[in-house]
Amino acid sequence: MIDTTTPPTAGPKTRGSGRRIYRPNTRHIPVLATLALLIVMYSVGVYNYDGFGDTQVILNVFVDNAFLLVVAVGMTFVILTGGIDLSVGAVIALTTTVAATLLAAGWPPGVVLPLVLLIGTVIGLGMGSIIHFFKVEPFIATLAGMFLARGLSLLINRNSIPITDDFWTRMAQMRFRFDQGVFISLNVVIALIVVLIAALVLAWTRFGRNVYAIGGNADSALLMGLPVGRTRIAVYTLSGFCASLGGVLYSFYTSSGYSLHGQGLELDAIAAVVIGGVLLTGGSGYVLGTLLGVLVLGLIQTIITFQGDLNSWWTRIVVGILLFAFIVLQRLVTRKAR
Amino acid sequence: MVLQMTGIKKVFPGVVALDGVDFRLAPGEIHALMGENGAGKSTLIKVLTGVYDIDGGEIELGGEKVRFTGPLQAQQAGISTVYQEVNLCPNLSVAENIYIGREPRRFGRIQWSEMRKRAKRSLARLDLDIDVSAQLDSFSLAIQQMVAIARAVDLQAKVLILDEPTSSLDKDEVDQLFAIMHRLKDQNTAILFVSHFLDQVYEIADRMTVLRNGKLIGEYRTADLPQMQLVSKMIGKELEALEKIEEQTREVPVRGEPLIRATNLGRTGAIAPFDLTIHAGEVVGLAGLLGSGRTELARLLFGADRPDSGELTIDGKPARLSSPRDAMTKGIAFSSENRRTEGIIGELTVRENIILAMQAERGWTRPIPRRRQDELVDRYVKALQIRPADPERLVRDLSGGNQQKVLLARWLITEPRLLIIDEPTRGIDVGAKAEIQRLVAQLADGGMAVLFVSAELEEVLRLSHKIEVLRDRRLVEELTNGDDVDADRIMQTIAGGVTP
Repeated sequence: MIDTTTPPTAGPKTRGSGRRIYRPNTRHIPVLATLALLIVMYSVGVYNYDGFGDTQVILNVFVDNAFLLVVAVGMTFVILTGGIDLSVGAVIALTTTVAATLLAAGWPPGVVLPLVLLIGTVIGLGMGSIIHFFKVEPFIATLAGMFLARGLSLLINRNSIPITDDFWTRMAQMRFRFDQGVFISLNVVIALIVVLIAALVLAWTRFGRNVYAIGGNADSALLMGLPVGRTRIAVYTLSGFCASLGGVLYSFYTSSGYSLHGQGLELDAIAAVVIGGVLLTGGSGYVLGTLLGVLVLGLIQTIITFQGDLNSWWTRIVVGILLFAFIVLQRLVTRKAR
Repeated sequence: MVLQMTGIKKVFPGVVALDGVDFRLAPGEIHALMGENGAGKSTLIKVLTGVYDIDGGEIELGGEKVRFTGPLQAQQAGISTVYQEVNLCPNLSVAENIYIGREPRRFGRIQWSEMRKRAKRSLARLDLDIDVSAQLDSFSLAIQQMVAIARAVDLQAKVLILDEPTSSLDKDEVDQLFAIMHRLKDQNTAILFVSHFLDQVYEIADRMTVLRNGKLIGEYRTADLPQMQLVSKMIGKELEALEKIEEQTREVPVRGEPLIRATNLGRTGAIAPFDLTIHAGEVVGLAGLLGSGRTELARLLFGADRPDSGELTIDGKPARLSSPRDAMTKGIAFSSENRRTEGIIGELTVRENIILAMQAERGWTRPIPRRRQDELVDRYVKALQIRPADPERLVRDLSGGNQQKVLLARWLITEPRLLIIDEPTRGIDVGAKAEIQRLVAQLADGGMAVLFVSAELEEVLRLSHKIEVLRDRRLVEELTNGDDVDADRIMQTIAGGVTP
């Protein structure tokens, strides 16, 4: 059941076309390719390493990457519109730093939690507004957002701050146990809920469809009378929210706030989205693909850990190779579709 | 009147696109907006659909003064539009493209099956039965255009604007569209129709408004304005030009060694092996339906695709064209049918666009001196009457016909020996068409060989010395143009009545 790592989010992932598919739709090929890759990787792991087949191993991939999954979901929305958000890693750092500082100062968690979520959301809203109203390239606007958030968190505190707050510790230690003693953390549950909501929103709401329409052809979307500006701003706001939620999960996961957390994480998120089959030019892809992409990244790390004698930087190399492969695959698929 | 526009003024930097134009539309009428390219038709439509704001004048819709801040407002006020270039989202399904923005919902959740059902019904009214859940870009341009029309009709607008809706439709599809227009007219919809096909305009329109150079020329009832008069109002001069060409080009050019000779040349899946010769000074017309292999044949001669059978000789010597660059060095130029995507670079100026091919031929290490550039560009801007006659203007600000002329100038400047022009007159108006035709005739007189690809038989007949007829990706007949050859004769071949 668990080894294919397909969560129950599969339902509404297609455009809701409901068409009985006998031949894979060209739009599904990248997702299917990722799924196949995942199965191959898992099989290779199980075949080569003792104990790789334990259910807990695969669950740990979820546990260790839950925060990345949440960030990648936000990134999926952005990339579907044809944009990009480079600020997410820095927003994570800011979120954890602010949360840890305020908790250390004795603020109640009931205030800190909504506040840090709001910070990321507002940063996203600001970047989205700049992108829309001043016609600034998303790359530039979010690069500025990245410097801003990282700089702010360094300004607050340059050192790692431990979090000892009761609520935070309880959240971090909460486990959902199944029989045979396997478990997942609260982070995983939150991340999967986020994936589920995102999948539903993309497939079943006007907002979700507008996201696809803008990615397909923004000029046409405008002429068709769609709220292009509003949608675009909303997408960056959403990504900002997901980044700060990811930051909260990260602070659960590490029990600390640090201004250097999440360095390069934006690139991991983008990589996961692309490997998951979302077209970088926008308009095509699914949240389910993003989930698979995150799992691929997680599984690479797991395999390298099990191998034991490999440098952990091999993760980066493999991710790089996969990125190339998937971008070429997308190119081929879209070219065939024309 | 459902719509009343008075004294509309729209100024772009350096150009007055609309200068005090009045336009009115009554419910239940089909009103044609006529004018050459650059006359201001598109601008007027964009003003009406909220894409542009106006610099002066008033718009009244249903008796109320309105001012749109965007396409959404115009749409909500009851104006729906089908643009010339399909403005839909290629990555979404057909059904979504018809309903996006107004999807049927329950509790905020899109009801896909209901939407597909409605889309099916909406398309059935256009006699179109396709898989509405398939992605839009898996269909041909004509079908995409029909989907755009279905979307506009489905909006149940008070005012329906059709901007060149027929340019990618075939005869039957046009008839269907007209039937729908009549039905909508009976339901009291006001329809604004723009088309370059005068016959279509006369077939369907009740009244017409003529624009020229951003000014209103007049509003007429179709029945009161003979076609010739309309054309002269659009152009502002009498149309002797066209008739002159007719006489000029019927002379048979000098024979001798052909400039280019294709023997058994073909490419699997694109065009069956064919024989073709083109002499210097000869205009060879390619006739056939859309998709009959016209463009594919031309691409083989330009080295854009590689043949997998047969051979090509240029000046009697065997030649292998492995790339367009190869062809260019051998004196072959190709002016593409798709000026938007394959030819014109909108972000560059007229001058830069014109110089492009020549510079490519020289190689980028030897830039053309600016003075020489100006000289050349000036000459061609004058010769082709490119409007506005400002070489430093960005090409994207020019009208379609003028962009086409820029593209033509780009190739002419390289002084090719064989000029291949694919659909140079599609989507441009009568006046510009006549000018381009005249130019082709002149070039041939000057010794250039021309391969002229066009869907319009009259045009092919008027210009060509020799007509190659294509059907189903096969060259089926070669006709020497003469008194016995007319459109009917070619139509017969295209339709399969005469086998070679």
